[in-house]
Amino acid sequence: MISHDILVVGGGLAGLAAALNSDPSLSVAVVSKVHPLRSHSVAAQGGINAALGNNPDGKGDTWERHAFDTIKGSDYLADQNTAELMCEKAIPAIYELDALGVPFSRFPGGVIAQRPFGGAGFPRTCYAADRTGLVILHTLYEHSIRKKVKFYNEWFVTRLVVRNGKCLGVVVFDLASGEIIPVQARAVIFATGGYGRVYLKTTNAFINHGSGVGMAYRAGVPIKDLEFVQFHPTSLLGKNILITEGARGEGGYLVNSEGKRFMEDYAPTAMELAPRDIVARAIQTEIDKGKGFENEYVYLDLRHLGAEKIKKRLPGIREICINFASLDPIDTPIPIQPAQHYSMGGIDVDRDCASLVEGFFAAGECACVSVHGANRLGGNSLLETVVFGKISGEEASRRVKQIGMEAKAEKILLEEALDQKSRIEGWRRKDSGIKVHRLLDRVKNIMSDKVGVFRNKKDLAEALEEISIAREDYRNVYISGDCLRYSQALVNIIEFESMLDLAEVITRGALNREETRGSHFRNDFPQRDDKKWLKHTLVTFEDEKPQISYKDVQIDKYEPKERKY
Amino acid sequence: MDTIFRILRFDPKKDEYPYFQDFSYTVEGKRSVLEALMDIRNEQDCTLSFRYSCREAICGSCAMVINGNFDLACRADLGALKSSTIIIEPLPNLEIQKDLVVDMDPFWEALYRIEPYLHGEDAIPEKGHRVDDREMEIIFQYINCILCGCCYAACPVATRDERYLGPAALAKLYRFVRDPRDRRAFSNWSGVNTEGGVWGCDTVFKCNEVCPKDVRPADGIEALRRRLVVEKVKRFFKRGR
Repeated sequence: MISHDILVVGGGLAGLAAALNSDPSLSVAVVSKVHPLRSHSVAAQGGINAALGNNPDGKGDTWERHAFDTIKGSDYLADQNTAELMCEKAIPAIYELDALGVPFSRFPGGVIAQRPFGGAGFPRTCYAADRTGLVILHTLYEHSIRKKVKFYNEWFVTRLVVRNGKCLGVVVFDLASGEIIPVQARAVIFATGGYGRVYLKTTNAFINHGSGVGMAYRAGVPIKDLEFVQFHPTSLLGKNILITEGARGEGGYLVNSEGKRFMEDYAPTAMELAPRDIVARAIQTEIDKGKGFENEYVYLDLRHLGAEKIKKRLPGIREICINFASLDPIDTPIPIQPAQHYSMGGIDVDRDCASLVEGFFAAGECACVSVHGANRLGGNSLLETVVFGKISGEEASRRVKQIGMEAKAEKILLEEALDQKSRIEGWRRKDSGIKVHRLLDRVKNIMSDKVGVFRNKKDLAEALEEISIAREDYRNVYISGDCLRYSQALVNIIEFESMLDLAEVITRGALNREETRGSHFRNDFPQRDDKKWLKHTLVTFEDEKPQISYKDVQIDKYEPKERKY
Repeated sequence: MDTIFRILRFDPKKDEYPYFQDFSYTVEGKRSVLEALMDIRNEQDCTLSFRYSCREAICGSCAMVINGNFDLACRADLGALKSSTIIIEPLPNLEIQKDLVVDMDPFWEALYRIEPYLHGEDAIPEKGHRVDDREMEIIFQYINCILCGCCYAACPVATRDERYLGPAALAKLYRFVRDPRDRRAFSNWSGVNTEGGVWGCDTVFKCNEVCPKDVRPADGIEALRRRLVVEKVKRFFKRGR
């Protein structure tokens, strides 16, 4: 049986950072359902935060101010000591990335350039034009080649195997051969990304089904704060491709159908650079009031920035607009609307990226450590992946030395693999039933309509009902045609179970949480309620159903206050 | 009116030869070739295989040949193709693993051969490297490469000579050689002074033509050639002294 000391699942930024920072004397491997360079990290645009103080307007910046902005931005749901850890480590992390070869844009004098971003008191977002995710992912992958990291590409993990509170390994579907393969590991690090495709309108890649979070949940690992789903204010109308916050950081305006910069009604000081939850709600409110265009969108206007600045700082945005909307932002405003963008919630882990299960770790968007709380600031997600990816690799290496191989692990893994095989055979044997993509479309529509930017009790309760009907229908899914090799259809059928679970957990958490905090806005409870709800939602899969409990937020420095921007 | 998708099918484990299969597809709204392929897979034949991920022309998964043109399927808009029959083929010059999925290993291995990572200093410079923004802008052209493989598949030299590194790998090498932070010795990369390296290029610029990201890999190859010549001349005079 294939066996490793540390198995990293996911080849995006967090996964590569984990592998690169694992102890080289251990046997480490990365399993990824796509080639690592195809991971969604590649699509990150605007930048990565660190209080370098390189911008002339940001001389007084410190990591403590960065931590405060992050905590305030989180609507005080972030664990404060964890946010501080991330912001302190941000500075050496950027210099390390620079030394590894990340081609950051520069200021005169040659220092790394920094631009303003939403919710930040200082311009502290480092960038490489608007292709920051691309250059960091490629750089870490290049160093994985240098360090001869072992990759299993196009291996899709179908389940995480845990027994008696201990992680034993995973079961994999190898796309190239069509076979089911058990893999033993003393430690498993999940870096599987977010679950944006649970929603109809999302900036996420087609592959972001969130099955990593779902598999951990099914294996009994608690998941945390899933009701906090970030809606990015500016996604391109139609395909919902991300238009970076950097576009507003460089000076772009948001304009409604009356030609008004409406952010002055919502965040008179920060204007377009208020945190994402506030800007997304403002845009949605304008559209709902009939002040949008075609009841669907408003404009992001970059024309006043001029051709030179747009070509230099936002070439990727221009390319996206030309390719996918047939317009050039140099002379036409960009039609935008809010869309799901980021999953603040995820697998419950501590500052060491360790979960309650021995030998199981998580880092990046699939994890909830929690630094983003109820709302993530732009530029903090890339930061989280490199900082906590590294920590997860180091911690797993340290702890794995104390973890012995479970004697029965091989037998259990083989049984799990056989069980997976027989499930697949079950779908293949049927020659009629429901096609899974129809169910998928249904769930996405429910989530976008009823568990979106604005929520209320009635919608949420209806959504739960409809999700449970979809779960009944999932029993009748089938695959037609005889093919296992490179069967994306099979991957979709397996991942859909996770999506049902996540949709349910998001909705239950949102229904229970009778307050408004960060990205979670309840029309029927429009105020934050610290007395009752300054706590993390924990959901555990027990007795075949979700069990909800709550956990205190770490507050040691900053007393929760009302957020004003 | 329906559009006909004529898709090259091949499963080397089952079929003796590749063959074209027609699918009738009703275009609704603004759809990309990738979205159409997904619809066809979902509704008509779930055994149809192809790669995809980001759907925004940045991950490099879905390169293929669409009506004879190399492109990313996610970026190719059906309306713009203005064609009632759309012929879809996998990237040539790479073995088919299944349908539109090709074996990219020769492409990756060529990339590995140029040591595609920054050869930096051992210590991390305090407060980062000092680099002129203009220097960064020069390498940005090559950094836009998403390693989709279009150039390699379209290159006539890579087709006939398997030793040839191909446009993407050579352009990537130039990206590092040109990076002021890179400390690689001339001897590290002078190995491309061969027919398998920069002199293999036929200068027909097929790579520039097909690149969906306007990287213009041949610019990098030309620049490497010039550098090689300059370095050789420098070395000749040094030895002479």
